[in-house]
Amino acid sequence: MAQNQPGSTDQSLVRNFCIIAHIDHGKSTVADRILQLSGIVEQREMRDRFLDRMDIEQERGITIKSQAVRVPWTVDGTEYTLGMIDTPGHVDFSYEVSRSLAACEGAVLLVDATQGIEAQTLSNLYMAMDHDLAIIPVLNKIDLPSAEPDKHADEIAGLLGVDPSEVLRVSGKTGDGVAELLNRIVAEVPAPKGQDAPDSPARALIFDSVYDSYRGIVTYIRMVDGELKSRQKIRMMGLGTVHDPIELGVISPEMQPTKALGAGEVGYIITGVKDVSQSKVGDTITAEVAPAEEPLAGYRDPQPMVYAGLFPIDNAQFPDLRDALDKLKLNDAALVYEPETSVALGFGFRCGFLGLLHMEIVSERLRREFGLDLISTAPSVTYDVVMEDRSEHHVTNPSEFPEGKVRSVTEPMVAADIILPKEFIGSVMELCQEHRGNMGTMEYISPERVEMHYTIPLAEIVFDFFDQLKSRTKGYASLDYHESGEQTADLVKVDILIQGETVDAFSAIVHRDKAYSYGVMMTKKLRELIPRQQFEIPIQAAIGSRIIARENIRALRKDVLAKCYGGDITRKRKLLEKQKAGKKRMKMLGHVEVPQEAFIAALATDEPTDRDTKDKIRAAQKAS
Amino acid sequence: MAQVPYEVYVHVPFCLRRCGYCDFNTYTAVDLGGGVSRSSYADMAMREMDLVKEWQLSHDLHEPPAHTIFFGGGTPTILPAHDLVRLVAHIRDLWGIEEGAEVTTEANPDTVDAAYLAELQDGGFNRISFGMQSAVPHVLKTLDRTHNQENVVSNVDAARRLGLRSSVDLIYGTPGESVEDWRTSVEAALELDVDHISAYALALEPTTKMGRMIASGRLPEPDDDDEATKYEIADELFSQAGLEWYEVSNWCRPGNESEHNLGYWRNVDWAGIGPGAHSHYNGLALRSWDIHHPKMWGTSITQKRVPWADSETLDSTMCIEEMAILGLRMREGLDIAAFEKAAGMSIPDVTLAEFEREKLATIKNGRIIATRRGRLLNDAMIAQVVAAVGA
Repeated sequence: MAQNQPGSTDQSLVRNFCIIAHIDHGKSTVADRILQLSGIVEQREMRDRFLDRMDIEQERGITIKSQAVRVPWTVDGTEYTLGMIDTPGHVDFSYEVSRSLAACEGAVLLVDATQGIEAQTLSNLYMAMDHDLAIIPVLNKIDLPSAEPDKHADEIAGLLGVDPSEVLRVSGKTGDGVAELLNRIVAEVPAPKGQDAPDSPARALIFDSVYDSYRGIVTYIRMVDGELKSRQKIRMMGLGTVHDPIELGVISPEMQPTKALGAGEVGYIITGVKDVSQSKVGDTITAEVAPAEEPLAGYRDPQPMVYAGLFPIDNAQFPDLRDALDKLKLNDAALVYEPETSVALGFGFRCGFLGLLHMEIVSERLRREFGLDLISTAPSVTYDVVMEDRSEHHVTNPSEFPEGKVRSVTEPMVAADIILPKEFIGSVMELCQEHRGNMGTMEYISPERVEMHYTIPLAEIVFDFFDQLKSRTKGYASLDYHESGEQTADLVKVDILIQGETVDAFSAIVHRDKAYSYGVMMTKKLRELIPRQQFEIPIQAAIGSRIIARENIRALRKDVLAKCYGGDITRKRKLLEKQKAGKKRMKMLGHVEVPQEAFIAALATDEPTDRDTKDKIRAAQKAS
Repeated sequence: MAQVPYEVYVHVPFCLRRCGYCDFNTYTAVDLGGGVSRSSYADMAMREMDLVKEWQLSHDLHEPPAHTIFFGGGTPTILPAHDLVRLVAHIRDLWGIEEGAEVTTEANPDTVDAAYLAELQDGGFNRISFGMQSAVPHVLKTLDRTHNQENVVSNVDAARRLGLRSSVDLIYGTPGESVEDWRTSVEAALELDVDHISAYALALEPTTKMGRMIASGRLPEPDDDDEATKYEIADELFSQAGLEWYEVSNWCRPGNESEHNLGYWRNVDWAGIGPGAHSHYNGLALRSWDIHHPKMWGTSITQKRVPWADSETLDSTMCIEEMAILGLRMREGLDIAAFEKAAGMSIPDVTLAEFEREKLATIKNGRIIATRRGRLLNDAMIAQVVAAVGA
């Protein structure tokens, strides 16, 4: 058992580090192996992937929320205390990565020896370098026959400017090299250098906060200066609120209450407060008595880049959706939302996300953890619209696009970095061009792999860019992007009209060149999805008052049971009852009944592939 | 409560072969087990009648003499004519038969001949419903029907000579049937000079041979628009020939309505005899149905239990739904006052106005009467009327 006790461990014995890795590169396996080697988790207790706690994380094999575990490790008879802070691997969560990095002095750069470094890992690596963290490069999965450690060691050495022999080789699966990794962490990661004199004012950084249904809000902290005691009143410096902590502790690997936490240590605090807004990630905690004067440098609040409407299928679930979003917001500062009303979909929220995966994860958590049945509208970015009369509009929802003469529309741009095997350069260039990308530079990071730099409108990326990139490169390409200014472009709003009435949920802001394909695709889809009714239903796509595509749902001519004798009567009545129940899932748009399924299916993205659709798009473009 | 008429329906669950589109409760085997076979069937059915009569009396139901009797199937005429006649006689013994009552059997045109029909006539039958389906050979073949139009012509003639009234059934919308094929069949039916014709859209059941062939793409899928066109042609040609519609799928010269079927739609009492047959007792708001499989059905009768699989008592919502279903399908229409009384609520004027504006119905003498368009969109109208009174 560990000798070093929380609250009385000298800073010089503490090493705080995180692991930077791409999805599937084996970070959780290595982390689990570390827990096991250190003796804090018995072999028999090992669950696969101890640290990934959420179901979704386990299923998708990705880490969304960071966890912080205290691990003892002895080198040459001295026991050290390692703070292992888990980090998310996906591009959408780089904001969370930066929070984890701020709590560490070192980072393990973990790369799959069969695949090499990926674009997102590279971007996180650069972020770690910006934070002046000590980097320990490691190749994982060396046990696999397809591993190419020499090749990838050269690649990493080139990126870091170190000798290839300094790149450690481990296997999370067999445990090979993991002990050596821990030794390297002790040797190379600097000890924290906070103020630890007995009278130093306490300062702790909140780097994460989660809602636990049994314990309430659990706040993860990194002590920077001084000491916090379990029975001491604390103050949130940013919010100015004071709390009586119920519990102070460390995770090793289960929650373990302690009497104190000292400078350099990582742990958690529970205040019993249920209001999620009372525990703000990035805030500084100090003691109420003898408080610090200056808070620590916090985090920049992340800016949402993608917006979409989330609507409960059953509008009675609206308050539940609000509660659920409030709870998710607690440890997801990037999530923003405000109530929205849609003529077609009723009451819901306009939500801002960091990216598409973030959006997917949030909607999936809402469905799974909160049992909500949701429709989400197509993702959209924010536009700045200037009208001829010089009035300016910030548009996060296509249905709010102003009517009238538009002078200019400005859209957000991203700098996209794509790493890919060189044989796919041609098809990736083509893809980027189709998505209005401007090529910057291109470098070879190894003889086989290149990194390409593009400037692309964010709107082009949020739809299906990533899926297409993957499919055109047999899954080998990786993508990272970050905000990079804005540009004006010839963008228009395309409305979809059902029986002459605009359906707000289907409006989209697209480049003029793509307006036709959006219009044709959407009208065709809706024609398939909306059942025939007693009257003809025109479905149109329009830019302003100009119709660019039209489909017709012909009037239903026959809806009658052939026979109605003896037992048919009971059967018909049961059909009628079933039909009545089905009506409840219908939305009325004017006189038109539209099944909920039609909204969901129409908002799902896909490529126009059939000939008829392509012909119609061409015809519409010619006519313009 | 006023005494409603009483009818008896007898289901005969045997066929020579099963047609590809049929999902009715019928079997091609001669012996179905449990003591039920073609030769014992009439006796079993008579024993069921005895049990039903006992049940009625134990519920204080004293039914009047039968107003109509109807034999359906399956193929009732697969049984010897003598069996059908014995069954009619048994009904007479148990309940009596009204003077001039309508006594009908369905018949496949190739299972009967003049001698057979004469025996039926002698035993009290006065109406034959022939399953003509189509006059076009390739359509009959797709339907797996073994008869031809000559069988129909000769049997309708034979029936006429015996003083039996005839009706023919037609099916439209068979895969591969053109609009011209259908017109040919309608005209052939009219040439028979019968005074009653039923025409049904082919009801496609996924579990049938035809359903599977369509699902796998070996036969084209029926098309609602095509069926609507065919319905309009039939309605046009029938009414030109003096046969007026009196229910969505039924036309006749005035006075030649099927009394038996009218009874279903007017909610009279009827006893359904035979596997899977449904019964209805208006005063009890009760619908019941016989055990589906003939073997279990026979076992129940042998053990002297009324062979019902289950029953349901209609609540007020169900009654309202049924009133709408039955009323709107008929030319006499839905009695607005009676419907509103049952629903405890008025049909809003806007609903009625919309029916007229949309040319779905005319409102006449306090009744909603479907137009041709309203007949074709009958199910939608039913849903609207039911929704309009909040049921």
